Amino acid sequence: MSNPSESDGGVPATQPVGADFDAPAQVPPSPMKGMFGINGTGDVSGFGGLVRRRPAAADSPRPFGGYFDEVYDALEEAYPGFADAIERVVVDRGELTLHIVPARIAEVCQIMRDDESLRFELCSSVSGVDYLNSDSRRLHVVYQLTSMTYRRWVRLEAAVPADGSLPSVTSVYPTADWQERETYDMFGVIFTGHPNLTRILMPDDWEGYPQRKDYPLGGVPVEYKGAEIPPPDQRRVYQ
Amino acid sequence: MTSQTTSEAGYAAERETTEGRVFTVTGGDWDTITGSIDPLSNEKIVVNMGPQHPSTHGVLRLVLELEGETVTQVRPVVGYLHTGIEKNLEYRNWTQGVTFVTRMDYLSNMHNEVGYCLAVEKLLGVTDQITERTNTIRVMFMELQRIASHLVWLGTTGLELGAISMMLYGFREREYILDIFEETSGLRMNNGYIRPGGLSQDLPDTAVKKIRDFLKYMPKKLKEYENMLSGQVIWHERTQGVAVLDVTGCLALGITGPILRAAGLAWDLRKTMPYCGYETYEFDVPTAQTADVWGRYQVRVAEIRESLKIVEQALDRLRPGPIWIEDKKIAWPAQLALGVDGLGNSLEHVAKIMGQSMESLIHHFKLVTEGFRVPPGQVYVGIEQPRGELGVHAVSDGGTHPYRVHYRDPSFVNLQALPAMAEGALLADVIAGGASIDPVMGGCDR
Repeated sequence: MSNPSESDGGVPATQPVGADFDAPAQVPPSPMKGMFGINGTGDVSGFGGLVRRRPAAADSPRPFGGYFDEVYDALEEAYPGFADAIERVVVDRGELTLHIVPARIAEVCQIMRDDESLRFELCSSVSGVDYLNSDSRRLHVVYQLTSMTYRRWVRLEAAVPADGSLPSVTSVYPTADWQERETYDMFGVIFTGHPNLTRILMPDDWEGYPQRKDYPLGGVPVEYKGAEIPPPDQRRVYQ
Repeated sequence: MTSQTTSEAGYAAERETTEGRVFTVTGGDWDTITGSIDPLSNEKIVVNMGPQHPSTHGVLRLVLELEGETVTQVRPVVGYLHTGIEKNLEYRNWTQGVTFVTRMDYLSNMHNEVGYCLAVEKLLGVTDQITERTNTIRVMFMELQRIASHLVWLGTTGLELGAISMMLYGFREREYILDIFEETSGLRMNNGYIRPGGLSQDLPDTAVKKIRDFLKYMPKKLKEYENMLSGQVIWHERTQGVAVLDVTGCLALGITGPILRAAGLAWDLRKTMPYCGYETYEFDVPTAQTADVWGRYQVRVAEIRESLKIVEQALDRLRPGPIWIEDKKIAWPAQLALGVDGLGNSLEHVAKIMGQSMESLIHHFKLVTEGFRVPPGQVYVGIEQPRGELGVHAVSDGGTHPYRVHYRDPSFVNLQALPAMAEGALLADVIAGGASIDPVMGGCDR
């Protein structure tokens, strides 16, 4: 590598090689953020920063296709409060999602389990999703129901605010016991009527709800000159 | 040295010494529990079993209330192995997620990987584009994994119920399967072999030969186990009529897998809601009618036989072909090769992209550092794992990393059944009942 002072003459020839000329610390901060100036992407590789967007979920028009219409009609027939309980119906990627008014979730589950033309005997899974910055009802509780009689799957979804609550479905599906406890543990959703709503995976005295999107991730202190490994959402801001 | 002891209610006693303050910690609130029990009129005792106990299958803690040797209450306590894998996934790209989910249920890591990849592929809408060869290898490896998991079950359950030699045999045969996995992926466990859109690398011919050998070897060994256990009086005594849970109880508690099938309901997602082409394989769903530990033993042994049938069919229909999806925006660009120090980048491929093709290099770099984008939406995929229904609920916000992934792990759900199985029975039956659930705490706590 040749010395630049010899070719362009802009720098005094007396500048010793290896001096702190143009050392990284003297470079003025660049107005660009990200290594390649990438903005607005959802990539977490560190080149564009962490961006979260809200998944789109539009109402689906009738007919829904497959067995979805049958399930929808059977529920409408069997459940008198149907019109007040269903917020939205979404059919996406071959799956039916019924958005339910949170206060009605236990009633809907009861009908889904007991009605002869529905027969969703098994509650496969209960979990939560935190749609931060979507609207005031950011915590969604998701129920996966399985009909062994008809071999069907359907998803119920109920949205509650961060300090919200909804009825527990443990009286209909006892299997929801631990799964609701996990959802409470991770998201802070209160299930009223649950026999023993305590933390299950985190320690009993834990503060905060780790799966929420605004839960601080925390860095790892490193015992080397006061350095710290930053939390994942703050890592690697290149200039 | 000064000594001054203070003790307020609920706090440890402390005293000052020249070395600093010293705390004396005693049994917490244990005294209040034991103190409230009158030993003359009541023989009720509370026993804490685990979280470090050889027969609780990992860090499971059981709080048992006993009257003599009869169990009146069981309270399972879980969470000791919670590692936050679901949260971790949200800060890695979709492909990297495989590395995490494989570590959940460490006895059925192939199922964890396939469940995750099926969910990602369903979100991408490319389920139909997965190649024939990839699906066949996935099915074959899931069935080998099922055999390995059931062998560990046989071994550990044998150990816990007094047949210690069974443990040695079970683990010995499982090692054959792990050898096959190592030959193919470079790792015995936590393989990270199945990837969204394909497989990390193709099945080598040496592994095919090993699988053929295993298919010849295993049935003989299975016969030996049955000769050893099935007619054994002690084995009968410890398993028959123990930890009974009928179909109604199973459905209410969400129990799936061998426990449900041992109660008589032939519910197997491979048959009822097929995936990966399971509908094209010929196999039976073994059931039993006894709903006890004995039935679960019979079902699992029969399932090993059925899995061997599936592996054989998969091996017969294995044809050379691509393993990665055709879409280059999803297919992993790296060519991996198994070297002397494990799985790594193929040197030929590195030489090509570094020396000859700038576009390949850019493409490779973008896909590896940033990953592919997945259209927004949510899916649920259920597959039949050795312990029951493994459900993967994956949500995408359109970015290169998962927005949320939830694992419905059968170990977590099935453990709820332990109080129903064990209360009112003898202490020894808690061990048998717990073993028959086959919980893997890595999957339960995630």
